[in-house]
Amino acid sequence: MHELSIAYSLVQLAVETAEQNHLKKVEALRLKLGVFSGVVKEALEFSFDIATEGTIIEGARLIIDEIPLKIYCPQCEKEYVLKKPVPVKCPKCSIGTDQILEGKEIELYELVGG
Amino acid sequence: MSQAIEQPRIVKIRENVLKKNDILARELRKRFQEQQVYVVNIVSSPGSGKTTLLTEVLARLSQKFNVAALVGDLATENDAHRLEQSGAKVKQITTGTVCHLEAQMIEDSIKNWDLNQLDFLFIENVGNLVCPSSYDLGENLRVVLFSTTEGEDKPEKYPTIVNSADIAILTKIDLLEAVDFNKESFYQSIYQSRPNMKVFEVSAKKDIGINQWMDFLIEEKMKAFKKMEV
Repeated sequence: MHELSIAYSLVQLAVETAEQNHLKKVEALRLKLGVFSGVVKEALEFSFDIATEGTIIEGARLIIDEIPLKIYCPQCEKEYVLKKPVPVKCPKCSIGTDQILEGKEIELYELVGG
Repeated sequence: MSQAIEQPRIVKIRENVLKKNDILARELRKRFQEQQVYVVNIVSSPGSGKTTLLTEVLARLSQKFNVAALVGDLATENDAHRLEQSGAKVKQITTGTVCHLEAQMIEDSIKNWDLNQLDFLFIENVGNLVCPSSYDLGENLRVVLFSTTEGEDKPEKYPTIVNSADIAILTKIDLLEAVDFNKESFYQSIYQSRPNMKVFEVSAKKDIGINQWMDFLIEEKMKAFKKMEV
């Protein structure tokens, strides 16, 4: 379980960003979490509360948007969002591809505060 | 007391949570590139044969090249002692409770090393098929190991690590029949998350496939740095 390490990195990044933007209190954090990020959502949520203790983020809500896998199919020359992460292949022509455009991110993209 | 008169403010950011690790990994990769050190990060579950394979490869490669290894474990220096038998430079990273290696640990471990003297650096990650997938260590090649004794469908259970790896190695191939291992289902299971992935079949005990993998590494090193004196 590396979600606690990830949670500490997330909190550190959020605190730095909040300070840079002169936020006194953070109410919510929005995180993009790819299905191929290697991070378990529930474990991260659990770790988040521990990692925020004693910081200006303490008590903030963690909102996780799960990002499905988006691939590029070299045969159709099109992008597709996959309903399930595996198999990693084109839903139209079934060709396998290693061109993954989205779905690996662990990205903090929004802070809500005042 | 305080009434929320002000509207909550939204601050837009787009930052990778593992930014610090990624920046450090990029710096490491640049240093390795400049010093022409080819770096291989090996990941697998515990007991799939990383150390056995690596001992063999280190011993053979060190006849021609300067080779070193970093080995990550939660506790004990047993793996480092086993690897040292190969004659290569070996350093243990004991992570305590951390289930993966991070770029910072690599940087700390090679602090006093003269990278210029090195051709290959192998990093044996902590035995774990989940956590190491999120951490870039500045490597050229990420290798995921599976053993015949683990069953055919292991890759399917851990799609993220398979997808994050560049090549796969199937170890203990000499036990194929003994454990009734179905190679075809194994390959299907790999291709689910990484179509057409290159797979080497090896046995360190019976000397099968080791040289093929080594030749591949030497070739990849040459490709990575274009010029090299052999």
